[in-house]
Amino acid sequence: MNWQLLPQFAVSGLLAGGPLALIALGIVLIFKSTYIFNFAQGQMLLLGATITWWFAVEQGLPLGLSILLALAASALLGLLIQRLALRPMTGQPLLSIVLMTLGLSQTLQGLTLLLFGGAQRNFPQIFESANPYKITTPFTTDGNPIVIILKQNLVWSFIAAILGVILIGAFFKFTRTGLAMRATSEDHETAQSVGLSIQRIFALSWALAGAVATIGGVLLATASGLDLSLSLVVLSAFPVVLLGGLESIAGAIAGGLIIGLSQGVVVVAKDPVIRGSAEIMPYIILLIVLLIRPQGIFGQKRIERV
Amino acid sequence: MKVAILRPAGEFDETHAQDMATIRRPWQWVVLFLFIGALYALPLYASQSIASLVNRVIIAAITVQGLNLLTGYTGQISLGQAAFMTVGGYISTLLVSLAGWPFLAALPVAGLGAGVVGLVFGMPSLRVKGFYLVMATLAAQIIIPWFVRNAFPDVLNGTQGLNVPAPVIFGIEFNEPRRYVYLCVTVMIVSTIAAYNLSRSRPGRAFVAIRDNDLAAELLGVDAFGYKLRAFFLASVYGGVAGVLAAHNLRHINSETFGLVDSIFFLGMLVAGGLGTNLGPILGATLITTLTEAATLVGPLIFKIFPDAPAGATASIRPLFFGVALMLFLIFEPRGLAHRWQLFKAAWRLRPFSR
Repeated sequence: MNWQLLPQFAVSGLLAGGPLALIALGIVLIFKSTYIFNFAQGQMLLLGATITWWFAVEQGLPLGLSILLALAASALLGLLIQRLALRPMTGQPLLSIVLMTLGLSQTLQGLTLLLFGGAQRNFPQIFESANPYKITTPFTTDGNPIVIILKQNLVWSFIAAILGVILIGAFFKFTRTGLAMRATSEDHETAQSVGLSIQRIFALSWALAGAVATIGGVLLATASGLDLSLSLVVLSAFPVVLLGGLESIAGAIAGGLIIGLSQGVVVVAKDPVIRGSAEIMPYIILLIVLLIRPQGIFGQKRIERV
Repeated sequence: MKVAILRPAGEFDETHAQDMATIRRPWQWVVLFLFIGALYALPLYASQSIASLVNRVIIAAITVQGLNLLTGYTGQISLGQAAFMTVGGYISTLLVSLAGWPFLAALPVAGLGAGVVGLVFGMPSLRVKGFYLVMATLAAQIIIPWFVRNAFPDVLNGTQGLNVPAPVIFGIEFNEPRRYVYLCVTVMIVSTIAAYNLSRSRPGRAFVAIRDNDLAAELLGVDAFGYKLRAFFLASVYGGVAGVLAAHNLRHINSETFGLVDSIFFLGMLVAGGLGTNLGPILGATLITTLTEAATLVGPLIFKIFPDAPAGATASIRPLFFGVALMLFLIFEPRGLAHRWQLFKAAWRLRPFSR
């Protein structure tokens, strides 16, 4: 291990966990109310980021306005998906629903390619990329203090992502609609019997998840550019959701940070194979979680054991 | 969910063997042999590109047959089928080109090797099921290609992958698509008979019992975990064999040859064909593979219709066709083409009366 690098990579890993938490939140939002695990979240994220790029670069609109327009577009897309694809699947077995979101992921991927092409693009910078922050840690090597260098956009993406998660959490906790959504997630039939329209709440969850995906996509694209592989980030977010617990918003944050940290820490190793394991770290953690505590850190313990 | 079997008046089964028979009438033998004969005679009348399409359809059909045993009959959803094809393909390549094994010996060993790896990733089915198991198989689909990319770089050659020799059987080299058809068709006949007989014997009934209600199955004395593991093993063996055929057909293999997208495609083929039917995998593989083949033909036309389509739009047709087809099947024909075929046969027998 290159111990003197540990603080640097641990902190960068943690920061990278912020956007992961936000992406996981999109999945949790849908699962909470509809019990559907959305495998298409990555493609929703890609499409959202691409639409933002289209408004901002191709159409030359100011970035803030483009993000707002893209948020509206992706919320609309979420509504459409719920209405056209998932509503007919009500009451269908798990396999059909899993396959529906997988089919959706391929459709959205194709749609993005068809409308916008698959070229690598520069995404407009939201946060300043020059002048990285320097933090001096209390640790020393050979008498010199270890300094952590953090890119500004990484720090601000992290803060934006965590703010987003907290905002959604507050929405769930303090608003009437949020209360209705929590009631629906508790029990569909009971929610219906007290006069909640669960189809409207499903639609709202999908719209919200679409908007959250767009924010996540924009944050990732501004840090690392925009191309088709953006949708693959979600492969690291699936384990985040399971680690944190499928219905838990706090779990999304905790899971994101843990997965991000684990990916950062293994990079410190000297052995190239261990260093390369950063990409499968989420899945190793996933397998451990499935074996030890399948419901995740904050999940409800109603998983069916065999 | 079977459509009632209607037979003409006066036709009886007198023995158990007759009752269980798959082929009941002489003309069915004729049709079967004509079909198999037409497949074997394919090199006589088909072009290279048709033969290569048939090869890909058959390889997909074999792997989907395995997936059908696991997902269709046992009800365990797997997103890792393509990963087991990777395992099979690599084992066979190493055995043939490094160890100098004959292809005929490498094929079953590679299948069994993939089966053992499948057992390992089937272990979580002891504790979790449903959606959680999907995630465990997804882990297989992520971890196995990573392992292939990073482990033993001097043998597995990292991301570059390996060149695969053409299979040689009894001195005949199967080095072009039209010859390769013989190999594929033979393996498919064996795998289809095996899957068919398996599905209507004790293990097959145990699989269905677990799918329909695993608690009830266990109360009836079915060893649920044991049979789930067996289903995982079988699915991986089928995947491994298909992977061997695919690798020796493509003549090259790397960690990306069979990816997550392929696993999704195999599940889609299974649904389009019909879950838990023996005809389904073949119909589904034919439909979806032909559809994606059509996508490569349609792709370039986009620029004729929309001259200002962005670069890369040609690649959009394949996922788009597949995704839309899968979604339409799930909404309008969730039991797949095999069910439609049953309905058609029933309607034919009842003609001229209405259904």
